[in-house]
Amino acid sequence: MKRPSPEALRLALPVLALVALLISVFVMRPNVMSYNGMHLLFKLGIPIALATLAQMIIMSVNDLDLSMGSFVSFVACVAATWLVDAPLIGAAMLLAAIAAYAALGMMICYRGLPSIVVTLGMSFVWAGLAVLVLPTPGGTAPVWVKAVMSARPTMVPIGIAGSAVIAVVAHFIIMRSSFGVLIRGVGGNERSVARAGWSVLWARGAAYATAAAFAVASGITLVGLMTSADANIALRYTLLSIAGVILGGGEFTGGRVSAVGAVFGALTLLLAGSFLTFLKVPSDWQIGAQGMILIVILALRVLLERFEKKGRRT
Amino acid sequence: MSPPPPLIDVSDVTVRFGEVVALNGVTLQVCRGECIGLVGHNGAGKSTIINVINGGLVPQTGQIACDGTVVSQFSINAARAIGLRCVFQELSLCPNLSIVENTRITHRTLGGWGWRARAGAIISESLDDIFPGHQIDPATQVADLTISQQQMVEIAMAFSDAGIAPRLVILDEPTSSLDAGVAAQLLDKVHRYVTAGGSVVLVSHILQEILTASTRIVVMKDASIVAERPAADFTHETLVEAMGSATREQTGRRTTGAGAVVLEMPAPTGAGIPFRARKGEVIGLAGLGGHGQTRMLTALFESKSPNWLPRRDCNVTFVAGDRRLNGVFDLWSVLMNTTIASLQDLARHGILRAGREAERGDEWKNRIGIRTPDVTNPILTLSGGNQQKVLFARALSTRAPVVLMDDPMRGVDIGTKQEVYGIIRSEAEAGRTFVWYSTEMDEMQLCDRVYVFRESVIVAELVGDEINEHAILQASFRDAAA
Repeated sequence: MKRPSPEALRLALPVLALVALLISVFVMRPNVMSYNGMHLLFKLGIPIALATLAQMIIMSVNDLDLSMGSFVSFVACVAATWLVDAPLIGAAMLLAAIAAYAALGMMICYRGLPSIVVTLGMSFVWAGLAVLVLPTPGGTAPVWVKAVMSARPTMVPIGIAGSAVIAVVAHFIIMRSSFGVLIRGVGGNERSVARAGWSVLWARGAAYATAAAFAVASGITLVGLMTSADANIALRYTLLSIAGVILGGGEFTGGRVSAVGAVFGALTLLLAGSFLTFLKVPSDWQIGAQGMILIVILALRVLLERFEKKGRRT
Repeated sequence: MSPPPPLIDVSDVTVRFGEVVALNGVTLQVCRGECIGLVGHNGAGKSTIINVINGGLVPQTGQIACDGTVVSQFSINAARAIGLRCVFQELSLCPNLSIVENTRITHRTLGGWGWRARAGAIISESLDDIFPGHQIDPATQVADLTISQQQMVEIAMAFSDAGIAPRLVILDEPTSSLDAGVAAQLLDKVHRYVTAGGSVVLVSHILQEILTASTRIVVMKDASIVAERPAADFTHETLVEAMGSATREQTGRRTTGAGAVVLEMPAPTGAGIPFRARKGEVIGLAGLGGHGQTRMLTALFESKSPNWLPRRDCNVTFVAGDRRLNGVFDLWSVLMNTTIASLQDLARHGILRAGREAERGDEWKNRIGIRTPDVTNPILTLSGGNQQKVLFARALSTRAPVVLMDDPMRGVDIGTKQEVYGIIRSEAEAGRTFVWYSTEMDEMQLCDRVYVFRESVIVAELVGDEINEHAILQASFRDAAA
């Protein structure tokens, strides 16, 4: 029998974790097993999946973005104000933010700066800008965004359908296209990419810009779901996105990432939150309990890796 | 008709890294249809000249001409555009990508729809051409290949053609992780390629390869070219002589008496000879690579070293062969890399005494001849051979009575080897025990006793004059011979 590929094994973990959580939720609340139940359960899936993919792209070039949450919040604030009142200016602001991300990526590469430090600093900049744009919670979602996000496709709720589409698109960009190969190559062996005559500087810049584009989409869809914004709306996305990437089979270094895995990882974390609510875990304990779930799943992954290595040796 | 101009003409090139002169006015021409064998010590400037030719390094002075025209802005892309390819000593594929995806990275012009199929075809064709019967699937991730397969892929990548045909292929120690059969396939390819008009620059520490494969041999020493003659004019001895290192001398065998046994390991049940090492002995572990020698060294180390708590006097110390993977601390200075194993000797009440550490560093720098102006320089400013010397200094500067060595001379030049051999001798005289795994026969000749491994057990013990290439080979291949 042909052994499953290491990639398939890696993907199996988040998929199994999601299925296990889903079954537990179904057992506890059978009425969730309906179109509406699933709709509510996975409603927030799209923005989280997008933010996780953004983080994954940054991680695929061996960097880490600690400003993801405040950047998505900033985008949400812009989307809830300027994008409604003056769409052109709003769009220009978001494009400028993407350009800023590209510039940051190139600066990190050119000066050899640690991305963690730069993005941690930038997180305060984005948070400050978000407050400037929207000092008090409020605003409204652009009509077209609201229309898209409240769509009710037949059979599959929007949260699941949207996440699936996003996973396929991201898989194509990151895992299949030349551009994706280049970006992951930078993560795997930067010198080898440079020796083939590519510009690592521009590759990093492009990776950051692509990540920012995903993050912008995350912020806009988030506003579409919440119908209003505030400057702290997505702060927890920073850690959620990193956890989602790791859960989905990605690594912090070495350019080993999986787009489909990252989406599954994001949805699993989302579901873990609901699961704990259904378990009536007091909200004070929820973050800790979520952390425990994460540790259990990652411990499983270590076991899986051992299995993988053993398989390779024989 | 005048002969065509040389493919690459590097003239009077000088490269400096800080105070270290890596190339001192070097002039080198590579013509069509020739294979240049480039030899020299580690640190003689081979890697630097290669990096200048492939465009990765801009020399401070001198110029580079391609096909007779001087290129003012020589770069990696300019070099690739004329068909220059390079296989580097350390593996330079992206381990997280598949072979096909690595092909895409290597060939910038390969883009557009369906590039996966094209890249797969290109690399398969090249692999089939150079290594018939290779059994490598181009969809495999590079990290899942063995080291030798990775090397094969990298070589095939260099010879592959995706629009710009390779005209000059630089091979830097290409056979270091290939077994003999595959290495022969490669040398055969080099021969065919050169006959067909291609050019090759071959760097290897296996002089026999250089002598058989090259048409011309260039010898480098101390950042300059010291000899450049047709390969036919060299013999093994004259080549070693030209490199300026001491010729191999037959050291007189010592008779090691019955010193106290310091290390013992019973034979696994069923077969083999038990391992035993006495005080002051140099014990060789021989046999084909991967037949349990490294496992034996690890087991010896674990049997003698504490598992959890640190101990003040360690009984064993280890010199790793793969310095990249488990030897050198990349970001640290030469000094810190030297003293890391003996910090407790240099500290008082847990506080490191900087003066004593510096003293110890300088002492070993002089004793083992680490070529650096200042031991506080980063370790990576040293050449590979000198980094290996630092690892020796680290192990020897401890007080451990037993030194385990896992093929420590891999990729080290003959001069450095001779110096280290001398140190090992004198340390052994002083009562230290060495257990030495090596794939090189010459090194086994330096041992007092040799255990030959086959299929994870010791199948033969050779003492003193019994140690010779013939005996070791016979023991390693007994089944085949019978």
